[in-house]
Amino acid sequence: MATEAHGEEAPGLVFHPLDQFIVKPLFGGEHVGLFTITNVTLWLALAVAAIAALFVLGTRGRAIVPSRTQSIAEVLYGFTYKMVEDVAGKDAIKFFPYIFTLFMFILASNFLGLLPMSFATTSHFAVTGVLALAVFFTVTIIGFVKNGAGFLSLFWVSSAPMALRPILAIIELISYFVRPVSHSIRLGGNIMAGHAVIKVFAGFAGLAAISPIAVLSITAIYGLEVLVAGVQAYVFTILTVVYLKDALHPAH
Amino acid sequence: MATETTEAATDAAHGAAETSAGMPQLEFGTFPNQIFWLVVALVVIFFVLSRVALPRIAGVLAERQGTITNDLSAAEELKEKAVEAEEAYNVALAEARMEAGKIAAEAKAEIQAELDAAAARADAEIAAKTAESEAAIAEIRAGAVEAVKAVAKDTTGEILSSMGVKADARSITSAINARLKG
Repeated sequence: MATEAHGEEAPGLVFHPLDQFIVKPLFGGEHVGLFTITNVTLWLALAVAAIAALFVLGTRGRAIVPSRTQSIAEVLYGFTYKMVEDVAGKDAIKFFPYIFTLFMFILASNFLGLLPMSFATTSHFAVTGVLALAVFFTVTIIGFVKNGAGFLSLFWVSSAPMALRPILAIIELISYFVRPVSHSIRLGGNIMAGHAVIKVFAGFAGLAAISPIAVLSITAIYGLEVLVAGVQAYVFTILTVVYLKDALHPAH
Repeated sequence: MATETTEAATDAAHGAAETSAGMPQLEFGTFPNQIFWLVVALVVIFFVLSRVALPRIAGVLAERQGTITNDLSAAEELKEKAVEAEEAYNVALAEARMEAGKIAAEAKAEIQAELDAAAARADAEIAAKTAESEAAIAEIRAGAVEAVKAVAKDTTGEILSSMGVKADARSITSAINARLKG
């Protein structure tokens, strides 16, 4: 934002749609070390605070007839619980806290990223990649621990003709290892693209002639992005649950 | 402000260098930092949720389910009681109705008996009075016939004597009696 004000181009039209994603130390300095407090740290902390506010402060009444905040927490809890139970089965319930943590983190980060001047942590592949890889390794380990070598039957499509099975096995194997890539880039790409597009239209708003159109477009895209924020968090979570189901019940 | 400006300027310069490298998302130098803070955030969220929030919400939901079940069974019980009370009421009502009918019939019979007695008494009195009156009328009628006979005898005697006919009393009487009979 500051860089925009100091841009060398003509004052009307300034495009730096990706500058909003730059990781910067909050308290001066240039170098981003391992423990440096950056804008990423700040918005991760805000996500933690938002989740704690909703689920700890919001439910502190423990009311039989819930307050508004408590109902939101309960609806999210019930929604996720039912999703895990319906998709992955009863024996997946013990992983519910992990899945709920993932879902709430992504949901909170996506919506916090939509605040003006904020930083969208889920637009970074470092963040979504870690989430996706964590899911990938956890699910693979669970699969082998629960089913032993039987987990490999996930790649052996026993309903296909014998001649096709080796080929299908290779395809299944590739698709299995592509999962974390698609899983992370789907979320990061969606959030990044939405924010970049809003920023591009914000740049057009500097031209008086088209600024009303630009502002209207920003409004419309912002509405779409609100939807995307919720949907992408949901998609990431339900894919995680589907992968978990594969690990618990690998048979096709 | 001044420091900020210089910072921004250096940032811009830095940014220009970065832009040549591509997106900030692919700035691998910031990855360890992001991953470190992400893991910290996730661990904190996980412990806050799994230690505090999730057991609490599960408890509230279970408690609510229990309360609803209890309330429903209590309502069922109360409904049964209401049905029982209604039945008892209906039975009592039918009994009372029967009792009332009996009392009414009794009262009616009593009144009828009294009425009958009074009517009989009145009839007897009326019959007695009628008989008395009839006797009196008969007496009066008899008296009247006698009087007519006497007057007719006297008158006939007088008329005959004035005409110069001598007639004895006995023949006059028999003539008058024959005439009156006719």
